[in-house]
Amino acid sequence: MNINFTLISQAMAFAIFIWFTVKFVWPPLMRAIENRQKTIAEGLAAGERGKRELELASHRSADAVREAKERATDIIAQAERRAAEIVEEAKVAAKDEGSRILVGAKAEVEQEVFRARETLRQHVADLALAGATKILRREVDAKAHADLLASIKSEL
Amino acid sequence: MASGTELTPTSYMDHHLTNLTSSLGEDPFWTLHVDTLVMSVLLGILTFGFLWVVVRGATSGVPGKRQAFVELAIEFIDDQVKSTFHGDRHAFVAPAALTVFVWVLMMNTMDLLPIDIMAKVYELLGLHNWRSVPTTDVNTTFALALSVWLLMIFFNVKVKGLGGWIHELVCTPFGKNPLLWPVNILFNLVEYVSKPLSHSLRLYGNIYAGEIIFLLIGMWAATGLAGTVFGTLLGAGWAIFHILIVTLQAFIFMMLTVVYLSMAHESH
Repeated sequence: MNINFTLISQAMAFAIFIWFTVKFVWPPLMRAIENRQKTIAEGLAAGERGKRELELASHRSADAVREAKERATDIIAQAERRAAEIVEEAKVAAKDEGSRILVGAKAEVEQEVFRARETLRQHVADLALAGATKILRREVDAKAHADLLASIKSEL
Repeated sequence: MASGTELTPTSYMDHHLTNLTSSLGEDPFWTLHVDTLVMSVLLGILTFGFLWVVVRGATSGVPGKRQAFVELAIEFIDDQVKSTFHGDRHAFVAPAALTVFVWVLMMNTMDLLPIDIMAKVYELLGLHNWRSVPTTDVNTTFALALSVWLLMIFFNVKVKGLGGWIHELVCTPFGKNPLLWPVNILFNLVEYVSKPLSHSLRLYGNIYAGEIIFLLIGMWAATGLAGTVFGTLLGAGWAIFHILIVTLQAFIFMMLTVVYLSMAHESH
């Protein structure tokens, strides 16, 4: 155990090594570590943010789906209502049309009946005239007895 | 083992515990332990060179295995310093702690080299006396402890000012009463003397004792077959246990450095 100059030389070496570490070893590595910590922290934050956004988006999409369903239900109900209306309208229109056709047909039938009756009356009158002519022979002049024939015809 | 001379236990021990010296002046103080200096500087250059190379290529992305290892060591130190020192530790204290830990650890680890094989290797290089472990030289541990001690005083003055430091020396720990001043001064004097002594001698004693035990085991191994067998077993056991001591002493030395430096930063 003898203290000598070695002590001073070792102290100098120690000083140099401390200086070297303080200057060249510690700061770059600390920088690298801190940068990595920052990157990791940012990554974690981004992940958290992403998760939150995903949650929000899923809420939004659920809302959208619900809204769309409601709208679809509305539209279907509306369409059903409209369909019922159309059917109702069609029924009414058909009824009107039917009754109008019926009225027209009745009028035509009446007309036909009237015309048939007229024709029949004419025929009967002609027939009666022919009969009377056959019975009376020459005594009857269609022209001279036109008034009489017309009155008979109207009585038929 | 010593060549040429007759081998006795004393000469064996002497041979292993003698430094290679070089005289720089008349006075015995100017003796230089060449082996201590060369080994410590060589280890320092290797270690800090390695750290420097790794750190220079350090990426903040995914680290490689080497970088991860260095980061592990550095963050371990940083955690220790963080729990003790409350200030800007990155400016000086943490890197200084890293220096102390890594360097002392490397120097201590030299204790695990097989002494007699290393002696043969040094003999081949023409070095008759060459001690591998710089921390078994009290000059090394005193140099480190005194450097820390000077840093302690430097930071005391820097943080508290010269007046503040003297005030602390005079008025703590017992009180401001002038009657207590001599007691305070005496107490602080003892503290300031004991700090570097205990700091350096703890490391020196542990590592030196470890080396002595290796030497004793080596001597026993030379006594015969039984000695060789037991010497081998004991040597292996002691070496394994010594891994713990080597690391622990480096850690304790570093922690004391950090504690002393942070005490210098805190005013009472």
